[in-house]
Amino acid sequence: MTQTSGTTPPETPTVEPSVAGLATMGTPPGGETAPRRGRVWRRLRRNPLGVVGALILAISIATALLAPLLAPYSPAAVHFDAPFQPPGTVGFGLGTDDLGRDLLSRILFGLRASLEVGVLAVVVALAVGVPLGLAAGYFRALDAVISRFTDLMLAFPFLILAVGLAAIRGASLGNAALAIGISQIPGMIRVVRSETLRLKELDFVAASVVDGAGDLSVLARHILPNALSAVIVQATVAIPVAILGEAVLSFLGLGIQPPDPSLGTMLAEAQQYAARAPWTAIVPGLAIVVVTLGFNLFGDALRDALDPRGSRR
Amino acid sequence: MSTSSAALPGTPSGDPTPESAPALELEDLVMHFGPVRAVDGVSLRVERGRVMALVGESGSGKSTVGRCVVRLLEPTSGTVRLAGTDVTALSRRRLRPHRRDVSIVFQDPASSLDPRLTVGDIVGEPLRLLRLGHSRRERANRVAEALENVGLRRQVAERYPHEMSGGQRQRVSIARALVSSPTLLVADEPTSALDVSVQASVLNLLADLQRDMGFACLFITHDLSAVEYLADDVAVMYLGQLVEQGPRERIFGDPKMPYTQALLSAAPLANPREQRARQRVLLRGDIPSPIDPPPGCRFNTRCPVAVERCVTEVPALRLIAGRQVACHLVHDDGTGPDVRLVETSTSSETLPR
Amino acid sequence: MLGSQPQTGGGKNAAAASTGRPVLSVRDLSVTFRTEEGSVSAVDSVSFDVEAGEVLAVVGESGCGKSVTAMSLGGLLPRSATVTGSVLLEGTELVGASDRQLRGIRGDDLAYIFQEPMTSLNPVFTVGRQIVEVLRLHQGVSARAAKSRAVELLTLVGIPSPARRVDEYPHQLSGGMRQRVMIAMALACGPKVLIADEPTTALDVTVQAAILDLLRDLGKRLGTAIVLITHDLGVVADIADRVVVMYAGRIVETAPTQELFDAPQHHYTTGLLGAVPTAGRRASDGRLQEIPGLVPVLTVQPDACTFAERCPAASDRCRTSRPPLAPEENPGRTVHRFACWHPAGSEEDR
Repeated sequence: MTQTSGTTPPETPTVEPSVAGLATMGTPPGGETAPRRGRVWRRLRRNPLGVVGALILAISIATALLAPLLAPYSPAAVHFDAPFQPPGTVGFGLGTDDLGRDLLSRILFGLRASLEVGVLAVVVALAVGVPLGLAAGYFRALDAVISRFTDLMLAFPFLILAVGLAAIRGASLGNAALAIGISQIPGMIRVVRSETLRLKELDFVAASVVDGAGDLSVLARHILPNALSAVIVQATVAIPVAILGEAVLSFLGLGIQPPDPSLGTMLAEAQQYAARAPWTAIVPGLAIVVVTLGFNLFGDALRDALDPRGSRR
Repeated sequence: MSTSSAALPGTPSGDPTPESAPALELEDLVMHFGPVRAVDGVSLRVERGRVMALVGESGSGKSTVGRCVVRLLEPTSGTVRLAGTDVTALSRRRLRPHRRDVSIVFQDPASSLDPRLTVGDIVGEPLRLLRLGHSRRERANRVAEALENVGLRRQVAERYPHEMSGGQRQRVSIARALVSSPTLLVADEPTSALDVSVQASVLNLLADLQRDMGFACLFITHDLSAVEYLADDVAVMYLGQLVEQGPRERIFGDPKMPYTQALLSAAPLANPREQRARQRVLLRGDIPSPIDPPPGCRFNTRCPVAVERCVTEVPALRLIAGRQVACHLVHDDGTGPDVRLVETSTSSETLPR
Repeated sequence: MLGSQPQTGGGKNAAAASTGRPVLSVRDLSVTFRTEEGSVSAVDSVSFDVEAGEVLAVVGESGCGKSVTAMSLGGLLPRSATVTGSVLLEGTELVGASDRQLRGIRGDDLAYIFQEPMTSLNPVFTVGRQIVEVLRLHQGVSARAAKSRAVELLTLVGIPSPARRVDEYPHQLSGGMRQRVMIAMALACGPKVLIADEPTTALDVTVQAAILDLLRDLGKRLGTAIVLITHDLGVVADIADRVVVMYAGRIVETAPTQELFDAPQHHYTTGLLGAVPTAGRRASDGRLQEIPGLVPVLTVQPDACTFAERCPAASDRCRTSRPPLAPEENPGRTVHRFACWHPAGSEEDR
């Protein structure tokens, strides 16, 4: 437990012998002298779970983009003669729903809508939350204002925000994403603020200030890169939350408009038939799980790859 | 009031051109954090090329002085002069040219290096910020040179801090501080977080570099053996004020202020025979709170020889026997109390030895 | 005083309370940790005895295994640790004892004090209540008797106006006072052995001096054996009767304090002693001794001297054969032992 300082077998005694043998546990040898971008990429590739996550995401994104080409039917195409076909039925690989719509086609298009909402919402949260979080953590004078603003946003009911937004700008997928993104801003601010508060007290920040580094330079060069791990974790958690949040809004008619599908709406619609045709819920549910898993695995791997200290648990 | 004694042996004297001005001059420095009076009127002067140790226990304000010197803190009042220039009131922009006059090394090598940057980027940062070195290549050369100066190989520039041991990281910290060739190095407990044998190598390194590069050093520490090894001059702080200040051999050889005597006698020597033969002063109680410091001499609550005057009247720093000392009981001819000879069995734990 | 007659009868130094029979006897203690990167050997075949009233210092740098040794004595290591060997406390085997049994022993016959008293004290209870709790748990005395005993203990450790302090909370006390409270708690049940892990490292020197005096005084007066874990050779010089020097999990040298400082034999000990600036020494008088290289982290203990790669006197023999901790010179009691093929004292080997 106390054995954390030295990590190498001793070298032959010279003035600075240990420099030669400094390859540390968990750091792949050979990755040391490569340029930084190459090193991050190499370490990303070396993490098997990260590769799985990246593959899941790549396939999800590709199928979502290529949905019009891949889908056997239009997602809205109704087959009244074939409702509730189980998966494996000829012509309907994943089965059909209550209106006889092909689940495979709906999943492909639904994936597209859900990814859009997830990414869009998190981009909104990042774009607003990260700068405000940095400012709140770094500038004492702004902290009170921004923190009160955060509390206010947290207290403001998410649904009322979404209804209000829909009333002003109309109900659409984009507006649902905006509403979800706004609701995720306080969480992002808090995470970034607390990281900033911790980091700005460290001596390397003080050393920079002594050498005349400006506030923006300290934030950009020292604080943001070190806060990145926390931001990535927060973002990968936020995307699945956004995908599910979209289901709620769409269920209330504030998000995507029927008959267009999203994974969330498919799951929501399926609940009334869950006993009779469980696959109508299982298929979109599974899709959500797989996409979520993809984001989490990839996010963790990215965090580890960006951290020069290597993977830590 | 206090800078008068700075005519120390071996210091340059003459007209105060920027070249001959002391590396650091503090005049009546005060730093209050709300009600906490961390530093309360400190004046001292570090001549070029000399090592001044600032010693004291926790709560003495010694680190706060260091942070005011490098302008991490805005002093409540008083003056900070770096190489002859008053930098206390300079704006950020006006301050920049003087930033290169001073650097700082911190205590904990684990937090003083940005884990996301390579050693090369870390050591090169002052050059970048201070706009020293015209090309990337020139800066890289200066970084390599700085690394070699501290006993590291230039290839270390490619590595990350976590790949190095504590001692090596402290070397990187020192390389970073010295890469801009400052006039003054503020070293804030540079060896306290290190193991004994690593401490030795860092002390050796500081001594070598100081001799070769000739920078002045404000060496802030509580480690008295390191002070004796490295310092030319010693300033002792207690509860935000200087109580004694002068050349090392005078302070160590013949301390006048009772607190200095107690402090020196309390630090255990790594030699059982000498250590056990020593008469040790045991002070009563603990350091009082800097929120409400005692009136008069701030040491009066713990001083074994305090008299009534010590409670009512603040002692001024006076030049006596080749050093400055703030104590009513030290006479102008240099005679005064020696608390090491006073019976201090004030609490039950003292054993007759 | 102590250790001034190092060659013979080291036991006589250790106070009148000494019976020649150790209260704590450690034999072949080894600790291995399972980690994600594989197993790490933290302590290897450590043996030592402590007698009543004696202060035994265990010194070494971070990673030498001194703290792990201290924790393993009272069974305080996490589950990832495998402990083998024997720890006898007055004849009771502690290695392999049940958690329940160990809880009964800790705080009673075996007590600990740690570096940072604030983390060991509960901030929401008064110090008196915390001492009372220990007394009632282990000795089953009445609340009233325990309270008055608590005041006695605070008096014993030199806390001024103990009757008032007993009702104060830890945050109302200074660092030195808190450490005194910790010592009072540790002494509450009259332990046979007190394990002090860096007890003064977090304190200022003037406060440290008082705490060291207190520890020495209590050891002599109550006959408590003290195992002092420290990295500070000044502290060792001040209060230890005997010293155990550890390096990379092994004992490399053990001797009465004065003997160790006068005639260190292992090159790690000489390096450590040479690294500390002594009184009156200046940088211009010559460099401090450095020990190049790093402490190794060992997965298995090799049949070699683990210091060989950093040692100025190492030979092939050191790299291929493990030096034993040299046999006892005095039957019944160890005087000066060291694990080195080419000890610093023998000129022909240098």
